[in-house]
Amino acid sequence: MADKLHFDLVSPERRLMSEEVDQVDVPGAEGVFGVLPDHAPFMATLAPGVLTVKNAGAEKRIFVRGGFAEVTPAGLSVLAEEAVPVEELDAEAIARRIRECEEDLADEDVTAETRRQAEQELRHLKEMQAAL
Amino acid sequence: MPSLKALKNRIDSVKSTKKITKAMQMVASAKLRRAEDAAKAARPYTERMEAVLANLAASAKDNPAAPKLLAGTGKDDAHLLIVATADKGLCGAFNSSIVRLARERIVKLQGEGKTVKIICVGRKGYDQLKRLYADLVVWRTDFLGVRRISFGEAQEIAARVLEMFDKREFDVAAIFYGKFKSVISQVPTAQQIIPAVAPEGAAPPDLKGAIYAYEPDEEEILKTLLPRYVSVQIFRALLENVASEMGAKMTAMDNATRNAGEMIDKLTLQYNRARQAQITKELIEIISGAEAL
Repeated sequence: MADKLHFDLVSPERRLMSEEVDQVDVPGAEGVFGVLPDHAPFMATLAPGVLTVKNAGAEKRIFVRGGFAEVTPAGLSVLAEEAVPVEELDAEAIARRIRECEEDLADEDVTAETRRQAEQELRHLKEMQAAL
Repeated sequence: MPSLKALKNRIDSVKSTKKITKAMQMVASAKLRRAEDAAKAARPYTERMEAVLANLAASAKDNPAAPKLLAGTGKDDAHLLIVATADKGLCGAFNSSIVRLARERIVKLQGEGKTVKIICVGRKGYDQLKRLYADLVVWRTDFLGVRRISFGEAQEIAARVLEMFDKREFDVAAIFYGKFKSVISQVPTAQQIIPAVAPEGAAPPDLKGAIYAYEPDEEEILKTLLPRYVSVQIFRALLENVASEMGAKMTAMDNATRNAGEMIDKLTLQYNRARQAQITKELIEIISGAEAL
């Protein structure tokens, strides 16, 4: 048995992580699942949430959104549209942006386009807030 | 024969042009490096995505319920062309060659009696296409205010394209962009993005005999994956386009700088000759004046 799991975290713009770890807990669309070394081939879509990387007793928590996880014999790769380490999320900033979005939505004379964007942004922000 | 002063002015103006083109070349080469880095950084994601899609597409191919984004609408009547060009000129034939490729396609499709719609990404493409096909352009966008193209921009375009696809406004979509081969060679390329073409050369991972488990099932995954794949392909095309634009600009500006240098040499020679002729003439005047006395 391999002792370590090879874990890749990539976003469209760059590779965020590529290392050997002990375990990764991934927020799947149908529930959180843990991946240990030598996991069976598996593919799942991601739900917005916190991905936890455990290595040598240390834990790293990363907020991910939109994408999927793939387990192959070569390891686990997570393709996320967005990935931010949880400690870099700023609760206050998120709360402020949520307020701004809600104001945008409350405003009646905005175009459908801005409204759609604001709604999307709001949903997204709430997910982030929940992750904290 | 132009006067000495006119020649002098001319030389000065060519010199300052040369300075500008030289500076533009250097800026382009710095930007090219950045664009190449961005394209390189985006590669792992694209490769993974392609591997996953190749894997799923192979098993979904025979499924009649396969998503339309993969299997197509079953028709081939309306085509959407996404023409990605630069926002700025001064990069040689870069923009025109992409537009030419798109135009050839439009003429061909229209000749076959198909409907053509165009999305212009980048200002220059629109400027060139609007003369002939202004009524075909359904939407256009540019990145004039954007310093670095991020995935967000690609997603915005993809969202637009997918929305049109959902409304059955087209059957086949292709993106036109400049593929970056090297600094001196950019190949205008048309790439079909809808229906999705399973990427070549992306080998499914070796599972050592094991079978994939899917969560949720394969169809659900394909459904979320395909729209993303469209964004990813657009994103990659845009990144390549930026790299190509900068490459083309570098080459064009390098040529311009060299031409300016040659012109300066030629003009300087002319200037010196004219000066020499004037001196000789003055001497002759003085000498013949002295002889006459």
